[in-house]
Amino acid sequence: MQQQVVKLDTQARQALAAGQEDLARTALERKNVLQTDLQGLDTQIAQLEQQQEQMTASEQKLRTKIEQFRSKKEVIKAQYSAAEAQVRISEAATGVGEEMADVGLAMQRALDKTEDMKARADAVGELEASGTFEDLTALGSGDDDIDRQLKQLSSTSEVDADLAKMKAELGTGSAPKGELGSGGGESAAPADAAGAGEQAGSTEGQI
Amino acid sequence: MIVRISTEGQYEISDSDTAELNELDNEAVASCESSDEAHFHEVFARLLAMVRTKGTPVADDELVGSDIILPPPDVSLEEAKSEFQGEGLIPG
Repeated sequence: MQQQVVKLDTQARQALAAGQEDLARTALERKNVLQTDLQGLDTQIAQLEQQQEQMTASEQKLRTKIEQFRSKKEVIKAQYSAAEAQVRISEAATGVGEEMADVGLAMQRALDKTEDMKARADAVGELEASGTFEDLTALGSGDDDIDRQLKQLSSTSEVDADLAKMKAELGTGSAPKGELGSGGGESAAPADAAGAGEQAGSTEGQI
Repeated sequence: MIVRISTEGQYEISDSDTAELNELDNEAVASCESSDEAHFHEVFARLLAMVRTKGTPVADDELVGSDIILPPPDVSLEEAKSEFQGEGLIPG
């Protein structure tokens, strides 16, 4: 995906240099969607890492409890009568049993969450591959229309900013050429590029 | 009283704090009954915060059963409904 972002950026630059601003805009819009997706994935990765840490901590805790249960059982057997020992050991076993059940529950929940994420990613991947979505930005996480419109707005302004930046970069690159030619240094890069193409075409025509 | 927050751990709550716990428990039941999701999450967050701040964590090498088992912190309203009903988790 990261490579795709770079590729789309290059394509936008090329399209702009060729004077095809609409094409450049489309490429930048796609790049923007991908970047949002990437951010979402980063968040998911962070969540999974946190979950993993929690599970490691619970595993350690359960280990301690089981060890404690083993030694306690021996102490109780040595200290109390058979009947009383049985009661005390079963109390301790309840504590360990509860901890085990809890670790089991934590694992089940972590698994369910991971499965959900995977199922969602798979479904989106399949739909994306079949070209079902015209607008990938519409795939928010339960966003309503207003959220979507606000996102669209910020995405549009980001695309505009990207486009303006690219124009400026290309503009400075081709400025000296423009000055030498028609002297229209202030005109935007695509116009320059198109102008150059026309000039080349007309020269060819004359020859 | 020993309270367990599922998937997190056990805490010992002093007798003087159980009244507050019971109030929050009843409020959670009310929000579950009216299916008020925002209110439930707000009450449940306060309940968890109360247990975490006023309770003392039970040591890892201590083996005790819990008097109350609270649902995990990321519980949904639907899941919580089976727990927070009637008298709630704490009788009264």
